[in-house]
Amino acid sequence: MGQSVHVEQLRRVFKVPVRQPGLKESVKALFKREHKEVVAVDGVSFDLNPGEVVGFLGPNGAGKTTTLKMLSGLLYPDSGTVEVLGHVPYKREREFLKRMALVMGNRTSLTWDLPPLDSYLLLRTIYEIPHADFERRRDAYVELLELEELVTKPVRNLSLGERMKVELAAALLHRPDVIFLDEPTIGLDLTMQRRLRRFVLDYNKENGATVLLTSHYMADVVALAERVIVIHHGRILYDGDLSGLSTRFAGEKTITITAADMPEDLAGYGALVDRTADRATIRVANTDASAVAAKLLSTFDVSDVTIEDPPIEDVIERVFASGDDEA
Amino acid sequence: MIRTTRFYGAQMRHALVGEMQYRTAAFLLLVGFLFEPIVYLVVWRSIAESQGGAIGGYTAAAFTAYYIVWTLVRAMNLALTPYVWDWRIQRGRLSEFLVLPAHPFHRDLAWFAGTKFLWILLWIPVAIVLTLTFRPELSPTMFQVVSFALVIWSGFVVRFLILYLMGMITFWTTRASALFEIVIAAELLLSGRLVPLSVMPSWVQSLAAWLPFKWTFQYPIETLIGRLDNGDILFGMFMQLAWVGILGVSLALVWRIAIKRYTAVGI
Repeated sequence: MGQSVHVEQLRRVFKVPVRQPGLKESVKALFKREHKEVVAVDGVSFDLNPGEVVGFLGPNGAGKTTTLKMLSGLLYPDSGTVEVLGHVPYKREREFLKRMALVMGNRTSLTWDLPPLDSYLLLRTIYEIPHADFERRRDAYVELLELEELVTKPVRNLSLGERMKVELAAALLHRPDVIFLDEPTIGLDLTMQRRLRRFVLDYNKENGATVLLTSHYMADVVALAERVIVIHHGRILYDGDLSGLSTRFAGEKTITITAADMPEDLAGYGALVDRTADRATIRVANTDASAVAAKLLSTFDVSDVTIEDPPIEDVIERVFASGDDEA
Repeated sequence: MIRTTRFYGAQMRHALVGEMQYRTAAFLLLVGFLFEPIVYLVVWRSIAESQGGAIGGYTAAAFTAYYIVWTLVRAMNLALTPYVWDWRIQRGRLSEFLVLPAHPFHRDLAWFAGTKFLWILLWIPVAIVLTLTFRPELSPTMFQVVSFALVIWSGFVVRFLILYLMGMITFWTTRASALFEIVIAAELLLSGRLVPLSVMPSWVQSLAAWLPFKWTFQYPIETLIGRLDNGDILFGMFMQLAWVGILGVSLALVWRIAIKRYTAVGI
């Protein structure tokens, strides 16, 4: 089976007008307008296999959303190749649009003044969903996402989180094979974030859909994606397993031991991160982790020991920092 | 064809349901429309009476009929303005349309067409009040009534295409409102919206003949009020179709270039 998404040397540059503040600069700009070229995506290449859930990470302005826009056919690339399900997205062929979905956390595609059920009916016609399939999917989504109370209220009366839920149900009614999720859990409470993740994961398992997800909440990425692509300044810094990200960029592990007979000074073992009477957390180099743990176990009367990678947020911060160094 | 019909049916129903959420606002807007034709009506009736009963072939009663039908044609002619395009391009709101397997043009056209049914319904009491107040000269034949029922829709499509084409300018410059005002002013004079073209100087009439505006305003009105014979009505239908063709092809060509410039900003 071929790839769901194939991207090669994708590049997009925006020409942005720039002007210094103030009246004088304003008048100057009337006669001579200055522009700056911003390279939003700079030679990005990756493939997504059918059924994969991939986290697309990067700080603000890294090029994530621009890439998603090119993948979903909203933007024309300046150069490079992009194919989704064998289609060139910017041609916006009907067969392509019927098989993909783009969900933007801060946007609604539903009619603002009408209850979502009315918009769902319209989508049924637009996507040519058979009647029985439509009703089955709609009812299932309403139940899974607990939408009973929401689907009969006008969209404008829904909260941001509620809107996101009805939006996600709308985006999946036509059962897309590829889903681009841009900040899907933005503004949602923790319970709802978890429910939404579960829903996406179940959808992916049941339908074998490919999912590319951007999120600032690492919990989304950890829960959904085994693979991550990290982008910064329009370039890919990392593409691989989530676990490999820590190995490559963290370079350190934390060892937490619980022992009654530990001395005050543990400097010889590593950098002390946290300390209570019988518990200490030490940061050590990846390569030293096993040896330090063994030494601690043999030296003290240890009742508990854990060796962990640093929190993923810290790792990501390091990845971005490494990108800044390269830029 | 079946797919397109189904889509138009669903989108028009959806628009009508949406418009009915704001039926009071729609009715007030329609009442607001009355001020413009009533001013024209009073002015031109007075001028006609002072000129010995008629001006440009229009008697006071004919002017009355013209401006009563005007109110319906105006409501039918409402179309997506370039202001909406300004907003769509500046805020990136076109994206919501582009990801769906239905062209934005068809979605917009079907949406506006759907709302017309509410407008027609709301127009009926307005027309009754105007008729009882101003006593128009109106006795159309069945052919004229049926033709009018058709040409108000094709007139709407022509005007929709004109404004849609203008909206495309926002892909190049996101503030096209000034140009829009100029075109609206031209339309006011050259469409029969301000006054029947027969009252205007001959050079205005000649100019209007080469432009699409009169086929969206004066032509539908005159079809119903009995100012056109059957041959004129059929010729008008042909002209409307010709303009739909010219504007439609132009829009298709411009769209292909314009859409490449869309930057989906704001998302």
